[in-house]
Amino acid sequence: MSGWEGFAFSFLNARVAAEYWPKILEGLGVTVALAVLVVVSGLLLGLGLAVLRCLGVRPLNWAIVFLVDLFRALPPLVLIVLIYFGLPAAGIGFSGFWATWLALTLVLTAFAEEIFWGSIRAVPKGQWEAGRALGLRFLPILRRIVLPQAIRIAVPPLTNRTIAITKGTALGSVVAVSEILGAAQSGMAFSGNPTPLMLGAAAYLALFLPVVVAGRWVETRFAWRR
Amino acid sequence: MADFADAFLNAEIAVAAWPILWLGLQQTVLLALLVVPLGLAAGVGFALLSTRREPWLRWPLMAMIDIFRAIPPLVLLILLYAGLPFAGLDLGAWGAVAIAFLLNTGAYYAEILRAGIESVPRGQAEAARALGLRRWQVWIFVVLPQAVRNVLPDLLGNTLEVVKLTSIASVVALPELLFQARQAQSVTFNATPILVAAAAYFLLLWPLVRLLSRLEDRKLAAQR
Repeated sequence: MSGWEGFAFSFLNARVAAEYWPKILEGLGVTVALAVLVVVSGLLLGLGLAVLRCLGVRPLNWAIVFLVDLFRALPPLVLIVLIYFGLPAAGIGFSGFWATWLALTLVLTAFAEEIFWGSIRAVPKGQWEAGRALGLRFLPILRRIVLPQAIRIAVPPLTNRTIAITKGTALGSVVAVSEILGAAQSGMAFSGNPTPLMLGAAAYLALFLPVVVAGRWVETRFAWRR
Repeated sequence: MADFADAFLNAEIAVAAWPILWLGLQQTVLLALLVVPLGLAAGVGFALLSTRREPWLRWPLMAMIDIFRAIPPLVLLILLYAGLPFAGLDLGAWGAVAIAFLLNTGAYYAEILRAGIESVPRGQAEAARALGLRRWQVWIFVVLPQAVRNVLPDLLGNTLEVVKLTSIASVVALPELLFQARQAQSVTFNATPILVAAAAYFLLLWPLVRLLSRLEDRKLAAQR
């Protein structure tokens, strides 16, 4: 075998690819499901905590700040391992899928809270005062005046952070979630050939490259109107 | 509750596991000291090249940066560690980690620095040239210092992420903190070592998180 033939046999093996691409495709489905769940729950919880922080209850705010700091400082993989291997000992069992979901949701919640809170505070005080002068109460002011402006400010930083955390779904492979990387690794183990891994990498590119490019676009587009 | 404490906060096991966790912590710090400068150097290089106007240089570079931002770092690491030996190239755990971080982290730093460089008004470079500074002097003394200052919170934030990301090296059996903790956990059947490792990460990185939070606060306050 020449060098190129050897390389192609190992990395671009059509027979192996034909055998394993359905598995990778299943993995793609798992990755997408996990990513969507994490994004929805993380962003909603983050927004909820930021709104709670607006109430200005001191002990509550300290608790929120501590939780945000905690989940910003801990590596996601450490959290996944802690939830997956640790919690069953305390009688709470999580499957790999839900352990990964919980860990990434906690991390995204922390980052989203921080960004939403910063954006809410970036809305000028006069907006609150004007709302009050119009006879609106706290919640209507927040919902109709402040949040629409704050969310606009939050979009660019939030987009990039959300993409980065969503890519963490690959960490699920460590706790036996058969998402793309997990499926690719078991495919490689069974076939003794790294072609499934190449397919997996291609699947990630197909999934995340458009998101990264769109993220770049969102960043510049929203930045103009600051 | 007693079960919980026994499984999670077992002082006896924490004490027994500490020596190997300490070794892991040292490796984690060493790893961070290796990959942060490596990623930063690559990032500066990519960023400088991507400000060039030649399309044959600019477009492939932008594509490369986007590709390495789109591939999860763990996938890149496994590809290098488990895939490349099939091509007859065995990098070992440290080599694979170093290259994976160089590409992934470099792409992120490059993207941040590029934004920083673009935020420096063109007149700054032109004025410096008019004063007779050479091209490299313009970069080093005029453009880069302002660019770095403008994106300092993002640079620090990325550095925090990079240090946290070193935990994925445990997957390729590099004996850093998380790897050691999992070894200790599998020997003792007890989650305490992982909790101790988590506490170590937190204590190590909390000051940086606080600092970042304050910097971001100040940036938003300036915007108001």
